[in-house]
Amino acid sequence: MLSIIRLLSQRVALGLLSLFAVSVIIFLAVEMLPGDLAEAMLGQSATADTVAAFRAQLGLDQPPLQRFIGWMGGILQGDFGVSLANGREIGELVSTRLGNTLRLAGLAALISVPVAVLLGMLAALYRNSWFDRMLNTTALSTVSFPEFFVAYILILVFSVQLGWLPSIANITPEDSWLTVLERSMLPVITLSLVVIAQMMRMTRAALINLLSSPYIEMARLKGIKKSRIIYYHALPNALAPIITVVALNLAYLVVGVVVVEVVFVYPGLGQLLVDSVAKRDIPVVQACSLIFAVTYIALNTSADVLAIATDPRLMHPRS
Amino acid sequence: MKTIAKHVWQAPLSAQFGLAVIVLYIFVAVFAPTLAPYGETEVVGEGFAPWNGEHWLGTDNLGRDMYSRLLYGARNTVGIAFVTTALAFLIGGLAGLVAAVKGGWVDQGLSRIVDVLMAIPQLIFALLILSVVGTTVTSLILVIALLDATRVFRLARSVAMGVVTLDFVEAARLRGEGMWWLITREVLPNTIAPLIAEFGLRFCFVFLFISALSFLGLGIKPPTADWGSMVRDNAILITFGDISPLLPAAAVAILTVGVNFVVDWMLHKSSGLKG
Amino acid sequence: MNTKTNNDNKDVLLEIRDLRIAGHCDDEWHEIVKGIDLTLHRGEILGLIGESGAGKSTLGLAAMGYCKDGCKITGGEILFDDKDLARCSEEELRKLRGVRIAYVAQSAAASFNPSHRLIDQHVEAALQHGVSDKAKARAEAIELYRSLNMPDPEHIGERYPHQVSGGQLQRAMTAMAMACRPDIIVFDEPTTALDVTTQIEVLASIRAVVEKFGTAALYISHDLAVVAQMADRIMVLRHGKLVEEAETRKMLAAPEEAYTQSLWAVRLFSTNQKAQPETEVPLVEVRNVSAGYGAKQILEDVSFNVYKGQTVAVIGESGSGKSTTARVISGLLTPSTGSVLYNGEELPGDYRKRPREMLRKVQMIYQIPDTAINPRQTIGDIIGRPMKFYHGHKDAVVRRKVKELLALVELEPDRYIDRRPSELSGGQKQRICIARALAAEPDFIICDEVTSALDQLVAEGILKLLTRIQEKFGVSYLFITHDVATVRAIADQIVVMQQGRVVDNGSREAIFTPPHQEYTDLLLSSEPEMDPDWLDGILGRRAMASAG
Repeated sequence: MLSIIRLLSQRVALGLLSLFAVSVIIFLAVEMLPGDLAEAMLGQSATADTVAAFRAQLGLDQPPLQRFIGWMGGILQGDFGVSLANGREIGELVSTRLGNTLRLAGLAALISVPVAVLLGMLAALYRNSWFDRMLNTTALSTVSFPEFFVAYILILVFSVQLGWLPSIANITPEDSWLTVLERSMLPVITLSLVVIAQMMRMTRAALINLLSSPYIEMARLKGIKKSRIIYYHALPNALAPIITVVALNLAYLVVGVVVVEVVFVYPGLGQLLVDSVAKRDIPVVQACSLIFAVTYIALNTSADVLAIATDPRLMHPRS
Repeated sequence: MKTIAKHVWQAPLSAQFGLAVIVLYIFVAVFAPTLAPYGETEVVGEGFAPWNGEHWLGTDNLGRDMYSRLLYGARNTVGIAFVTTALAFLIGGLAGLVAAVKGGWVDQGLSRIVDVLMAIPQLIFALLILSVVGTTVTSLILVIALLDATRVFRLARSVAMGVVTLDFVEAARLRGEGMWWLITREVLPNTIAPLIAEFGLRFCFVFLFISALSFLGLGIKPPTADWGSMVRDNAILITFGDISPLLPAAAVAILTVGVNFVVDWMLHKSSGLKG
Repeated sequence: MNTKTNNDNKDVLLEIRDLRIAGHCDDEWHEIVKGIDLTLHRGEILGLIGESGAGKSTLGLAAMGYCKDGCKITGGEILFDDKDLARCSEEELRKLRGVRIAYVAQSAAASFNPSHRLIDQHVEAALQHGVSDKAKARAEAIELYRSLNMPDPEHIGERYPHQVSGGQLQRAMTAMAMACRPDIIVFDEPTTALDVTTQIEVLASIRAVVEKFGTAALYISHDLAVVAQMADRIMVLRHGKLVEEAETRKMLAAPEEAYTQSLWAVRLFSTNQKAQPETEVPLVEVRNVSAGYGAKQILEDVSFNVYKGQTVAVIGESGSGKSTTARVISGLLTPSTGSVLYNGEELPGDYRKRPREMLRKVQMIYQIPDTAINPRQTIGDIIGRPMKFYHGHKDAVVRRKVKELLALVELEPDRYIDRRPSELSGGQKQRICIARALAAEPDFIICDEVTSALDQLVAEGILKLLTRIQEKFGVSYLFITHDVATVRAIADQIVVMQQGRVVDNGSREAIFTPPHQEYTDLLLSSEPEMDPDWLDGILGRRAMASAG
């Protein structure tokens, strides 16, 4: 079991290293500003004195390393600093929105993962059939559509023409869960459609690759039933590639919410990020970027970890 | 040339459709000023005018001709996406080939840098940097090209790795050939097919990415006609059942579908020839 | 091995009539099997032999009513058990496969499912087809493992495929094919991927178990000497057609077709051994070289000399370090200790530190000609480049010299100079590689398994060409090979390697004349001979030696 533990710890270490590198990059991004944050915020009309006072208030007069340690230390304790735009605690600003975003992504994952994996498996099993071709063409078209295109088509059909669902997902913490669900419906469907297409294509490719391996041919030559070939010979080996596909797409999903949130005015982290970028509210941008990046890295790392852990060759090493 | 025509003739319907779309878009991009009845930023009437004989697709929120802007959009949006992709390929492709041919610490160093850059989601990274450096066309192109170059690097390196292990490259090394010869004469000609396919895919990605940024209001700036911001500026019409704001979005979708169909066909063909 | 003489119809187990199979490639259908008739009697082993592209594997799979993806049966009948397998439903075929007709593949490592234990895969067919219950099937599996001489038969089945060696895996696959006591087993090159010393044991086990149960078999191989040990009758196939069919002894003694005889062409070719100069400074001297990758040491204290105009063959099995030796000499791998001397002068260990003139003098020819030349360059560019690079010749001179070289390697100059490699056959590509090496005007050429990927007749042609070139230009060769027949044909000096060490070294005459060094004896005696009694003889001698 030693080799598997070594591989896993290596991968987790790489994940942690990426996290650190990402936080450094996010921190340094601000350093790249012409002038500094204080000047950028106050604009050119500000006097030197105001800028200096503001600089001291932000702690910009300290050396970068010290500021980085302070920033990181604060974040680790849940303190992201204060928004430049309205002076509110970023932690507070972010927490409810993060919950909303995770609910949106979670609901989309709940729908898309089983549908995509099932469709991908069917397409692989009946490859080159009309079913496969149709599914493939549809999926290829769907991944080619901009998310806002899919979103507006859904709005046009389901809220403008049919009037079934609201086009704006302005949920508040006071809403009942049924209201929340109703208002999140269109964003969830949009997100699911885009992800299903991508995930289905990747599942199909992974399975076709697997089904062409010699041991599958051997099973057929042993006269094994097709259904048994699938669950006994193909699935145990397909686990690793499918898990990778799912985790990769979940990572994509978490980031993909940004556009969808903006279209539906959904009060999530993505919308906050976009608003803050427009306002150049740098501390909020940093906080949001960090949260997105951490989620993304965590999902990617767990994809690799699970893929390693389910590899039969590594599970049963040469003693 | 005869063989290319033959390939196209025998291609599946989807690929022929894709090729036709690409040709049409290039045509529109080149001749936009001739084809468009009005100027790109010319205000020609009231805002949100409905479709009529004078303004085929009505006017936008500021009273500019939608049809003309749609045509100019081909030039701006597609052009910027193309330049960005080309730049990404120049940087990422070259670095990937060098990493594969040189190996050793050059490869290790470049690969680790790319690993870290790829660990950050691209949209987030782009938003972060653009919020700092501001969104001009130049910064947009540079930032996205650089971010996309990491993906190109990965692919170019892995394809080239498959080639550099072949004996003819070893033979050239043992002959004493320099790196430039190895890259341009031995490796590149044997990686060109997957790289072209990847160019198509990357172009789609960049094109969608820039459209998304523009849609978010963080991409190509007004008054330049651009499909992403055209959707954003006129989205309100959709709630009244007017589909005009969907047209620029459809323009993006159709080109992406077309390019994807062509790439799919090319990949299918090259894998078929191998087998 | 009781040879069948009666062709009584009751005895016929499988009959194939005018079978045609087409394969899909480049949007067109090409016929792979072009009307073959085949009869297999109960308990008989029929050898199918042919070179690459002969259609023998396709025919073997067709005997199970199976076609690979992209292939289809276009005509003929496959009669088994009063059924025509070419027209059976998938469900009818499924019920036959594994029970009545079983299959043993070339690559056991890829054909076992990595997720399941060997014994679970072994008993699967028996349980699924309802032939046996679990306890009985497992007991029989262990019995079969024992019959096949597998180590620790009680427990080896509990292992996963990647936990056992290649030779054992191949035996486990034969055992698996035996699980339901089928009437026919199709063996598709079962020992091709194995080293000769492992091959002989696997061959012996397969034959013993097939004889024990009286199973009929189709034995497919490209190696006539191997088939001769196994088969009662042999069919020679070429380009999807039958060339000759005869009983094994008759075919070996008096082949009717010239093509059949060409299948052992390399064995019939031999150069005159050149004597080793006594005093001269060796052209290349490998002196006490140890080398490896990272912490893994591969070569240990390897020393030997190559003299001007001579051919030294380095022979050994996989993992012996023979290819690593070639990499050290060419400068691709720097030795950890020891050195390579050229004309008495020490060479830098890294080729990048060697002067261009030095690189010119040592050239290399590779095993697989398809990957050794750039498919995107023309033949003229490939051969011309070393001339421009080393000698700075002008284009017109280069073109003239390329044509001379093409003529030398027996390829029509004007026909080939502007072509690309994809239009050439494997043997022609190898000739291009030879011409490219000669273009540098070298003194020393490393030939790394240059004939291993080629069919016998083509290989013989290449060996003859290399011999002629040596006579004309006086170049020295270092021949890296695993093939005893090649060594016997062309070596002046022989270096035998095992696990990174030189275990034997001497002239061809000395090495091939008994008494042999122990490992050399094992290696030489494991090489199958064109004699149907060879396997029995060698097994008998080995049994006696170990008993005495």
